[in-house]
This record gives sequence, C-alpha cells and structure tokens, in this order.
Amino acid sequence: MTATPAEATASNGAWTGFKGGLWRDAVDVRDFIQQNYTPYEGDGSFLAGPTERTTAVWKAITDRFPEERAKGVYDIAHDIPSTITAHAPGWIDRDKDLIVGLQTDAPLKRAIMPYGGWRMVAGALETYGYPVSAELEKVFTEYRKTHNAGVFDAYTPEIRAARKAGVITGLPDAYGRGRIIGDYRRVALYGVDRLIEVKKEERAGLDALPAGPRSLEETIRLREELAEQMRALGELKTMAASYGYDISGPAGTGREAIQWLYFAYLAAVKEQNGAAMSLGRTSTFLDVYLQRDIEAGRLTEEQAQELVDDFIIKLRIVRFLRTPEYDELFSGDPTWVTESIAGMGEDGRPLVTRTSFRYLQTLYNLGPAPEPNMTVFWSPRLPQGFKEFCARVSIDTSSVQYESDELMRPRFGDDTAIACCVSAMPVGRQMQYFGARVNLAKTLLYAINGGRDEKSGAQVGPATGAVTADVLDYDEVLEKFDAQMEWLAGTYVHALNVIHYMHDKYAYERIEMALHDRDVRRTMACGIAGLSVAADSLSAIKHATVTVHRDETGLATDYTVDGDYPAFGNNDDRVDDIAVRLVEEFMKKVRRHPAYRNAEHTQSVLTITSNVVYGKKTGNTPDGRRAGEPFSPGANPMNGRDTHGYVTSALSVAKLPYEDAEDGISLTSTVTPDGLGRTPEERIRNLAGVLDGYMAGDGFHMNVNVLNRDVLKDAMAHPEKYPQLTIRVSGYAVNFVRLTRDQQLDVLNRTFHGSL
Amino acid sequence: MSALLGTSIPVGPVPGPSAAPGGGRTPAAAATHRPSEGSVHSWDLSTGVDGPGTRFVTFLSGCPLTCLYCHNPDTWRMRAGKRTSADDVLAEAAKYRRFIAVAGGGATVSGGEPLLQPVFTGELLHRMKHELGLHTALDTSGFLGARATDALLRDTDLVLLDIKSWDRDTHRRVTGRPLQPTLDFARRLADLGKEVHVRFVLVPGLTDAPANVDGVARFAAGLGNVSRVDVLPFHKLGASKWEALGKDFTLRDTPSPTPQQVESARALFAARGLTAV
Repeated sequence: MTATPAEATASNGAWTGFKGGLWRDAVDVRDFIQQNYTPYEGDGSFLAGPTERTTAVWKAITDRFPEERAKGVYDIAHDIPSTITAHAPGWIDRDKDLIVGLQTDAPLKRAIMPYGGWRMVAGALETYGYPVSAELEKVFTEYRKTHNAGVFDAYTPEIRAARKAGVITGLPDAYGRGRIIGDYRRVALYGVDRLIEVKKEERAGLDALPAGPRSLEETIRLREELAEQMRALGELKTMAASYGYDISGPAGTGREAIQWLYFAYLAAVKEQNGAAMSLGRTSTFLDVYLQRDIEAGRLTEEQAQELVDDFIIKLRIVRFLRTPEYDELFSGDPTWVTESIAGMGEDGRPLVTRTSFRYLQTLYNLGPAPEPNMTVFWSPRLPQGFKEFCARVSIDTSSVQYESDELMRPRFGDDTAIACCVSAMPVGRQMQYFGARVNLAKTLLYAINGGRDEKSGAQVGPATGAVTADVLDYDEVLEKFDAQMEWLAGTYVHALNVIHYMHDKYAYERIEMALHDRDVRRTMACGIAGLSVAADSLSAIKHATVTVHRDETGLATDYTVDGDYPAFGNNDDRVDDIAVRLVEEFMKKVRRHPAYRNAEHTQSVLTITSNVVYGKKTGNTPDGRRAGEPFSPGANPMNGRDTHGYVTSALSVAKLPYEDAEDGISLTSTVTPDGLGRTPEERIRNLAGVLDGYMAGDGFHMNVNVLNRDVLKDAMAHPEKYPQLTIRVSGYAVNFVRLTRDQQLDVLNRTFHGSL
Repeated sequence: MSALLGTSIPVGPVPGPSAAPGGGRTPAAAATHRPSEGSVHSWDLSTGVDGPGTRFVTFLSGCPLTCLYCHNPDTWRMRAGKRTSADDVLAEAAKYRRFIAVAGGGATVSGGEPLLQPVFTGELLHRMKHELGLHTALDTSGFLGARATDALLRDTDLVLLDIKSWDRDTHRRVTGRPLQPTLDFARRLADLGKEVHVRFVLVPGLTDAPANVDGVARFAAGLGNVSRVDVLPFHKLGASKWEALGKDFTLRDTPSPTPQQVESARALFAARGLTAV
C-alpha cells in the first residue's frame, strides 16, 4: 500500500455512492470491495440467458474454430513484434462488441513476442507456414538480446545435462514464465493517471542511496523497473485511446469498469506470452459497479449478464503463438486466464455476489469452455445456493475447478487469486517465479543407478554408487534417493535463479508489475512430478519384493515386483506417509538453496499435461509401471491403483501437507454422472457435499469432471461433433478435441469412478 | 489395524430363515465378549448409489440368490471373501467419519446378501451407528429377512430392499428363489415403521411387464414406509465378471431399457403415490 495525497472522490463522479475511505487515500482494492460489495446468498434463479447479440457474436467466433483447429493457428501477425501499442485496434464485430479490444487487429490472430526468445518465434512461424522476417531476425539476434539467449549464456553444464535428461523439465527458459497477476481492477477503480502518480511516489522513495537491506543493485534495478512500469501505463492509455476510450480517470459505470479492467488485462497479453496469464479475482469487484447501476435503474439483469458474457468471450479468445514442443508439454492451447471466484471474507461474509453467478452462467450462455479457467474458492461455509449452483455447472460442463479457501485464506488473506492452476497469491501484492518441475520418479531411478540415466546411461546425477543387490532394500534405496534429491534440489534452484534473473532483465512484465505494489512478496515456485510413481515404487520396495534387472553395462533397466504393496490413493498410511515424506523432504532440500531476489521457496505437486511427456522420458519403475507410460497427473494416484472410489483416492491426496506445497497440490477426479447419484438434484447435493467433505479434510484442489467414457471415445472418433467438449486435466481445462492423441488416450485411460 | 474402536458388542443367537415373519425377537444378549468376523468381499466409498449421500459400503460375500442380471457375481460365494474382523472394518470406516459427517451420507452394509451373515452384519451396523455415529443402511434382497433380529433393525436407519419381481414365477426365474420371504420382511419393516427404499431392476422382456411392475408398486405403496423407489435400468457392465468366473451370462443379448421404458415404469410407481427415481 502506498499513500498518495488524499483525494476524497474521483473528480469525474465515478465514485458516487461508494463507501469507505481507506481505498480512496491509497491503492487498496480489497478495502474498496469490503466496504462496498453486496453478498448474495440466494440461488441462480435470477440469472438471464444469452441475448441474440451475444449468441451472434459468439457464433462469429466459433465459426472460425474449425479452421483454427485444422491449421493449429487461425492467423499470425507475423511481422510485428507485439507491444501494448504495436497493433491497430480490432473487433469481432465493431457494431456489436460491447467490451472492445483484441490482442492484434483481428480475432484469433496471434502476435509474435520475441523478447522471450527469437528461436521460438521463428520456429513457430515456420511450423505454421509463415515467413520469418530477416529484418526482425537481425534485430533479435544481433541488436537485442532475448530472455532465452540470456539463460543459455548462464546455464552450467550440469543444468544442461539435467535438462536434457528430463530430470528437470518444462523450465520457462524458452517461453514466458507467466504466473504473474496484475491487479487489473486498479485501472477501473483509480484510472491510469492516479496509478502513474503512485508509481512516481514509489520511485521517489528510492532516490536516496540505499540504506538497510536493499542493495545498491536492487535499488537501481527497481528504479529502472518503476520507470518501465510508468511507461507501460502510459502505453495502456494510448492503446485504450485507439479504441476511443480515455481511461486516465476511474471507470464510472459497470460497463466502463469491465472495459477498463479488460484493457489492463489486454495490455498484459499483448506484451507477454506467459505460460499462464491469469486474470485475478474480478467478479465481486465488478459486481459493485453492476449492482450500483442496477440499483440506479440504469441496467437490467439481462444487460448485466450481456456485459459479462461479452467480457468472457474476449477472455476465451486470448491466444499465444507457441511451438510444438511447448504444446506437447501444455496441451490444448491453454492460456490460464484463471479467474478466482467466491471464498469467504475475513469478516465471515461470503465473497459471493450475483456477478460470481454471472461468470459461471457464461458456461451456459456460451456453452462449456476451458477458458477463462473458472476457479471457485470453496469453503463449507459458502452459501448453499452458490454451492449447489457450482455443482450443477460442474455436472453440466466439467469446466470448474475448486480450491480450498480454508487453506488459502489464513495464509494469503481474502483477496487472493490463483495464477495458472493452483498457485495462490494476494492480488497485486505477491508474484511468483514460476519453476516448472522436477521428475521425482526418474530421480528415484537415479538413486538405484548411482546418478546414471536409466535411458541413456549418461552420468547425470552425482555418482553416489549404484545399488548392487538384486533385490532392492528400502533403507538403502531411500538413503541413495536422499542424496540424489539433494543434488537435484540444488541444480534445480540454480537453474531457476538463472532463468528469473534473465527474465527480469530481458522480458520484464512491465504492465503486470505496474499493477502491483512496489515491494512485492516473491516466491520461487518449484514443483515435483511423478510423486505417486515414486511413492508407489518405494512402497513396493518396502512391502513387496522388487528384483532388479540390469543390462550388460550394469544399468538397472527393469524390475519385477513379487507380492502386493499398498498403493497411493487408498487412504492407507503405509504408503501415503511415504508420499507425505517425499513432499516434505524435497521442500526442505529446496529451501537450503538461496533464491534470486530473496524469493521464498514454495513447491507444487502439479503436472498440467506434462505427465505424458514425463512418462515418455522415464524408464521402467519399481512400482511395475512400464517405461514410457504416462505418470498420473499432478498429485493423482496412478490410474487403476486407487480401488476404493474417488473419495478414498482424494483423501490420500489430502494428506499431502499444504505448508510444504504452498504452490498447490493438484487432484483431478473424474466421476460418471451415475457415480454421483440418480437424480439431477441428488447429484448436485452430493457433489457439493463431497467438496465440503474434501475441503474440510484439508484437501486443497479438486478438478471435477463428470463424464462418461463413451462420450470421450465418440469425441475422438468424431471431433467435429464436439467443438466445445471441455474436460479438466491437471489444474486447467481443455477442449478435448484439441489434445494430442496421446493425451486423449491418457485422459481416456484414467480412472472413471462410476457406480459399479 | 487399530483397536481404537473399543470392544465389540455381544451378539445373541439369530433365528434361522424359518422364523415366523414379524418374529425375530432378540433373545437375551449373550454375556460373552465375542468379536465377530465375517467374509468380506470389499469396501468402497460411493456416492449416491448405495443410499443417500457418500457412504462407506461394506460388501459382504455370499448370496443365496443367483440373479440373472447380477453385476457382482463375484460376491456370490461366501468362501471367496476375505475373513475380516469387524474391528478392521470399523477401523477403515472410522477414517471417513469426519468426511461423511460433513459431506452427508453414512454407512451401508451390502453384498452379496448381508443377512447371510446376520451376526456380523448386526455388529457392523451397531458399531457404525453407535461408535461412529453414522446413518446406517442395510442393502438386502429380503430373502433372509427373518434372520435380521429386531436389534439389528434398530441399528438400521434405512433398508434398501430389492424387490426383484411381483410375478412369483418371474421372481423364481430371475433369482432362483421364492418371493414370499421378501414380502414378509417388507411387512415386518412396515410394522416397525422402518424407512425403506425399494429397488426394482427393470429388465426388458423379463421384469418390465406393466402388471409385474404395478404389482410391486401396489405392494410397496400399501406398506406406508417406502419413501422412495429406485427403478434401476438393467445394464451389462458386470458381464465380464460372469465370464471371468466361467459362468454363463444369459442376458447377454438383452438390451438395456430405453429411457422411455424406464419412465413408464417410474410412472407406474408414481401412479401409486410413490416417489420413483
């Protein structure tokens, strides 16, 4: 929070009728919301359907989807490096758009963003058959260094080897790190001019030479960043002006508030091709404006819904140009326009408003869709009407994910949003350095092979001495695993420090950081994949007899498991404790290595769709999993090993300690409709109950799919029939028909919990 | 496993299948401490299919019926189950006590036919209800209803009662057993005022004759304690289990009922004033 000269009301009357004072004197959107929002405790019966205009505009977009799906991209603005102001304004339908603004001059036309790295831009253009400008190539290889080039200048041979082997993968060294949420609401509440003023003051506070803990280097860097932030805010005004809007002052109506907020977000997605470009927590903020208009008789419910629908259409068509390698990791063209909805306020009032419902209603008015990534902060204390509405939307659309408000609120406060899938951060006050993940299952194989890679035979990890016995001994493997993890944690944090140093330097998120406080809390968000494979392998070694098979070079390449072992996902402490311990241990090891800019270490148990790629890169494992077989996604138990139903499976996952995985623990549950009950009403009630029970039992995240396998099979055979079929995978949702075949099969092979 | 659940209750002798309907008074409880053990097929957490809400379901092994459409023929033989103590089952169920308390639901003893092991079933229901505080349901065909003591029924909040057919011959053809014990049990439950959900599996060409359906409906409606009727459409998802057991699944070529057929059956129940889903 930064103080500015008090200004009791916005000069243009935009704040008429708003209560409270703190937020007027300092940038404090949370205070504004708390002072002015109207909780809604009813049900969804007030909601309005789509207008003809909405349906027509959405149809104009969906008509383009088949071509986009067939070609991979609809179009590319291939010769203009994107900035906030680089592209001429564009519309879906100039006469019909209510909320305006596109990333380029036409819908679905993707921009190039070379600051992240030129090779990726050139590679993507070549993939999709677009010319690569020789002039731009010269600029971004000779004159202007990129993030990607910087990272590879500073990587060590050890990092490169770990990366190549796939024991550390998915690093944001060849794509934008994302996972930074600008507080886009600030633009609507204060107008850009006020925000520039605040930034000026923040910067003035750094004019004196550094005293205290902030180093000279950090001070100079921050001064430069603040200058860039102010410049970006100026560009934001210019961009809005190109659409005919002056956003220097605060928004005065609901429609303006949505528009101002959207312009701010749009500036971010014009400037950054971040892996996850999340929106924040906007519905209850906007509700204050919509509610004021409705109370004043200026707006009807249908009009309010229409504005929300139009806004959501814009969010649904955010696009980035990405390479096939990226798509393999994060399949289905995700953008993670994550919107965080509901939760409870610190004062005990639910943060549910009519606009929370209106956002979810778009899944009916426009049909199911993966974006924006609708994320409900769930608490058993939420109003029953809202809980049941959410459950209904999940059952009908499989497009909603749930995260525990009870775990997040005490740590982050009630103005928290999710970046990407499961990463919580207070909006405008905290950002993260996204760190992808390490492959714990492969690391376990390194332990058995003394640091040699089980596929290539190369010495990647430290030569700690391979296991020589034919039957694996639990204590010996655990001790060697510990040593490999120790090495992995150090190499990993080292790589992330390099990446984020360079990202700050060459691809700084100017506009997103302009919408943060100056002194933000930073986290270094590490992650682990293959947790259930590693835990099950250790359980097999401990509870069954695992015999090693080695090749002629002595490399362990296969295992035979004799006897049964308890598998993760059955709420059995004998193995669940192993998984818990792995999470705790790796977190402990990561914390030992200092992080860039004093970031606090966190970790996630999340894979997104990379569980398929990780599986491909990992040999046979001692749990009986075959080489190349996908891992389970996120923290999920391995498919088919959780044999007592999805609640049991979920309760194993709920044991993983959030305090050692504050970047989130992802669980995807797929249930058939029959697996929730026999009538629509009881399915709704039962699903809401399951979410209550899971969150009350310290579960963090649940992606809920309510699907029949036959539907997915049919969609694989006849994709044209299912343009909007949406399913949730680890932490996000995708159009099923846009997944690669491997990933479709992976989804199909996952456990569907039914009534049998 | 954990012994945190304390001692098991004494369970008295149980009347055999020949006991008169409406009888089954509990003899004085045996004073001896006799922790019971039963043949258990599996346990599961299920939602919305084995009684209301999310439930801890214990599937016991052994069934006197051989229903042609059974989707769990692997539960028919008692000896195929695993000898399991009530303590172990309770210890497992205890892990879900909090979840179920928040989510809504309870515990169901199912099978197989749980009343083939009435002592064990009685102990499970008693302890689920009194030690764990869970809503309890008994999922039964009623054929062995006479083996259910009054004490067992006192520990049962809800009975999920399968009435496979009204037509006596069809019942015998479907299940291999007579219908009468089920009807006797249903009347006894009515006399006790015990809440019952009737379950009726709709098999085209076998159980779907309107007169057959309406017979069940008329009977159920006359009881006064049936709060709901589940019309369950026949499906063949269990066919592979029959094959695995080397048994002939004679309904292989029988189709699942159409939604219209299911609706018609429900309408017959509704016409008798029952809530049918």
